[in-house]
Amino acid sequence: MKIFIMPPNSLILYDLVERFGHQPLSLMGALKDRVNSKEIEAPPLNVTLDDVKLGLKYAGIEIPSGIRGRMAIYGPLIDQAEAAIFMEDAPYSFGCVGCQRTNELAKLLVRKRKVPILSLEYPENEDEAKVMVVEIKEFLEELK
Amino acid sequence: MIKIAQLSCGTEYSAVQGEIENAAETVGAKMVYPDVNMDKIDKAVQDFGFNPHSPQLKLMIARAIELADKNYDADAIFIATCFRCAEAALVRTELRKYVQEHTRLPVVTYSFTERTKAAQLLTRMEALVTIVERKELLARERQVGLTAGLDSGSSTTKAVIMHDNEIIGKYWLPTTDVFSAAETALVNALAEAGVKREQLEAIGTTGYGRYTLGKMFKAKLVQEELTVNSKGAVWLAGKQKGEATIIDIGGMDNKAITVRDGIPDNFTMGGICAGASGRFLELTAKRLKVEITELGDLADKGDHTKVKMNSYCSIFGIQDLVTSLAAGNTLEDVAAAACHSVAEQIYEQQLQEIEVRHPIIQVGGTALISGMVTAMEHTLGERPIVPPNPQYIGAVGAALLSSGLLG
Repeated sequence: MKIFIMPPNSLILYDLVERFGHQPLSLMGALKDRVNSKEIEAPPLNVTLDDVKLGLKYAGIEIPSGIRGRMAIYGPLIDQAEAAIFMEDAPYSFGCVGCQRTNELAKLLVRKRKVPILSLEYPENEDEAKVMVVEIKEFLEELK
Repeated sequence: MIKIAQLSCGTEYSAVQGEIENAAETVGAKMVYPDVNMDKIDKAVQDFGFNPHSPQLKLMIARAIELADKNYDADAIFIATCFRCAEAALVRTELRKYVQEHTRLPVVTYSFTERTKAAQLLTRMEALVTIVERKELLARERQVGLTAGLDSGSSTTKAVIMHDNEIIGKYWLPTTDVFSAAETALVNALAEAGVKREQLEAIGTTGYGRYTLGKMFKAKLVQEELTVNSKGAVWLAGKQKGEATIIDIGGMDNKAITVRDGIPDNFTMGGICAGASGRFLELTAKRLKVEITELGDLADKGDHTKVKMNSYCSIFGIQDLVTSLAAGNTLEDVAAAACHSVAEQIYEQQLQEIEVRHPIIQVGGTALISGMVTAMEHTLGERPIVPPNPQYIGAVGAALLSSGLLG
């Protein structure tokens, strides 16, 4: 199944989803083609004005451009999501979107899809980390 | 190369990062991004005292603190966040105050949309670079020799001839074709001064058409209007020493600039809508069927409180004006309301972004409209100083500064 991860650039979540036999929907994947494209010249992420317009599908014109630009990337991932894993209060090193408003909107849009969601608190120690991995494993195995 | 530290949120996802970097490159600067250790971010936010939810705003704060602590080397600061983001607007404003308090670096703030282009940022970036690179030139207080200044503005073109710190010729006319308007202005200013073009030792150009005119007239100085207008304003007002705030309400955009000894250290430049500019007053005069030169006297006789007008958008502002006239309000009251509406927009959009210092000097062609000065007085609680020839600030500044480049 296609699993949306939050933060969408979390390498740990990406790895766990893949390890337990599902397809992670990640920011890295969405940006890879753009960044490698020689035809787009909009560094650093190759997000263009056209992308920001595409973001209007997910957030209205009165919403700041940074949110619409982000949603232009995350929105299509959310549209494909068959399940999701949210990590709350994760530190920067775990993965970071940058804009809390985008985070909230992305989570709302996933919830509206009525797909199975696993919400986790960021583990504070090794024991909690082990529990987290077990919870993710069980959640992903139940989806099969 | 001048290093401009960028403190921002959302630029890479708004398709404007490239525009920012292009603008910096065009004026010979480069954007730099202060390095921050991830472990330091939470502490920085705690020390700053405002804890935004968005991680990128936290990073902005940490980067500002790195600059303030001199852990990272930069010559100027550019703070930018998404237009309409309330959380970012709070951080942008408070960070601007913080860096001004803790560093001596010139700073400019900007709220961008996805439509922001390099050309819109160019004047601001150029001003940052000029303040860093040409501090000695900007400190010049006297004009020497025989020089000319050309100011190619969005509404009008102005020319001034100066000789040993005195204006000896001046002329202005509406801007049509940039070059022919400047040529006409220069020819007439030279005639008034009684000197020939060949006698000029230097020409300085400023305003929107500065680059075109710089090439055409082989100008010694081609410089953006923020620093040039500041110099012209303090020279005309005789306030070259100490601090001052310059309010320059132009034809297309407004500038609020704080200066110390004639050198700008902070500025804001409007431009979201013409409703807060001289263009709105032109539209008002046209609708009231009076000359723009008569609008001020008319406004002085009116009572702005009798008319509700908000010219945030010039189209809706004119709609308010039409409605007011239809409701039976007098031309005087409507003219006063139009001036007040512009003054309020300046207060809300520009003056909130800077620390207002005294005296306040009001310049630009709109300073000749007495009703506009009265409206600013009511809004600010003190009457701004209007120097003689306030419409010539750019031309005077260009003539004065170009004389500093004489060998």
